[in-house]
Amino acid sequence: MNEFLIAIHRDLTSENASPSPEQMQAAIKPFQDWIGGIAAQNKLVAPPKRWDLGGRVVRQNNTVTNGPYAEIKESLGGLFLIRAESYEEAVEIAKGCPVLQYGAVVEVRMAIPAS
Amino acid sequence: MEEEVILPHLFRTEYRNIVSVLCYLFGIEHIEIAEDIVSDTFLSATELWATKGIPENPAGWLYTVAKNKTKNYLKRNTVFEQKLSAEIRYSTPRTEEFEIDLSHKNIADSQLAMIFTVCDPSISDESQIALALNLLCGFGIQEIADAFLTGKEVIYKRLNRAKEKLRESRIKIEQPSISEINERLETVLTTLYLLFSEGYYSTSPLAQNATLRKDVCEEAMRLNYLLIESPATNQPAVNALYALMSFHASRFDARTNENGENILYEDQDETRWNRKLIDQGTHFLIQASTGNKVSKFHLEAGIAFWHTQKESTSEKWENILELYNNLLMLEYSPIAALNRTFALAKARSKQEAIIEAEKLNLTGNHFYYSLLGHLYTGIDHDKALRHFQTALELTTSKADRSTILKNIERLNS
Repeated sequence: MNEFLIAIHRDLTSENASPSPEQMQAAIKPFQDWIGGIAAQNKLVAPPKRWDLGGRVVRQNNTVTNGPYAEIKESLGGLFLIRAESYEEAVEIAKGCPVLQYGAVVEVRMAIPAS
Repeated sequence: MEEEVILPHLFRTEYRNIVSVLCYLFGIEHIEIAEDIVSDTFLSATELWATKGIPENPAGWLYTVAKNKTKNYLKRNTVFEQKLSAEIRYSTPRTEEFEIDLSHKNIADSQLAMIFTVCDPSISDESQIALALNLLCGFGIQEIADAFLTGKEVIYKRLNRAKEKLRESRIKIEQPSISEINERLETVLTTLYLLFSEGYYSTSPLAQNATLRKDVCEEAMRLNYLLIESPATNQPAVNALYALMSFHASRFDARTNENGENILYEDQDETRWNRKLIDQGTHFLIQASTGNKVSKFHLEAGIAFWHTQKESTSEKWENILELYNNLLMLEYSPIAALNRTFALAKARSKQEAIIEAEKLNLTGNHFYYSLLGHLYTGIDHDKALRHFQTALELTTSKADRSTILKNIERLNS
């Protein structure tokens, strides 16, 4: 079994972003069921947390700015860790993310096992 | 009251009271001396009471005799006295001759200290439960063997090994400090819950064991209540566990028939559910709803609360599903995974639950095949039957066999 990072990116900065706050609201229950389903397979390593959407960005020379890191439109919206045999399996799990239909993007990254 | 009824209960209650107080006084190294003194006291009582009848205040009589026997013991065993009395005198400097304090408060303090001693992480779960039953609840070795469905010899060895371990590790019997409480409370609660489950789920075929099993549950609840009564341990999770046990206990009488066979939840007569215990559970669940930490006991108590609502509403199952989702995020267990999938079928549809069930990968677990059998019932008769038959092959428990056979019968009718 390998560990995978599941990172959900979505537009937090545009004015008429999709998913909208209403769409996020509607996705709460399906999202919980999705995570519950992963946990029921004993594949949840670290559960998601609710992250503040403001955030700070720290750059060279200790420059600190407000807001999520948004050089591109998709900021980090949520992240958690799962267990899976392969990228194939992890991707299959990621496809179940209920926020995908509203324009979110799910990034799947395998942790390199310590050798 | 009849002597046969009053004596075992009195002995059990006073055994644990006096043993706790003496262990608290002597320290864990001398656990056997405490036990010997108490056994000796009960022997005297049995002999004398058989000819002269039970005294007016039997507990008081036992306390006086136990105190005298302790003092005599200390007089006779000068080595023990020199070593121990010095320590005791040191800790109670105001009295020349130390007092054996059997007041309600000291009994409660001693028991509380003993709970934290018995639930030491160096002792296995199985042994913690046996120790708790023996030292904290006053159950005899035979009774513990009956509760565990095993032989006296096994329990005897298990208890001795555990006591040896406590002695070796020199675990102190003392009032737990705030940091110890924070560190160990979860272990303590888990042991109390295991103790309760031992009584609640034990599938003893003996109908007369129903009383014993109920006693085990009541003892677990009593110890839990001791933690509620003490301000330092009266924390939200402690109240949540008490609520959980109350909700479960409310169905104690409704869940078995006169032959001691299990009655499934759906078939239970809810007028036999104990209203008082349900209300008590609700009260303590409200008490538990403070602070910002949701323990597994909160979630399980929430699930148990919804099960006290017999009517199968979508609100009920949506809530149960959400609670199971949260429980699994906190801690995976196969039984929670199966129950979550059952709740999904109730809240949404069997089709949706089948897709999730087939991902669970719990082959080897007969409950898994029972769940699949249940989900396919009314959808695919052959598949349902096949799953129930696999479940039947995998189970070793008589009670579960009869439940599965009932399900197959229902499927074919």
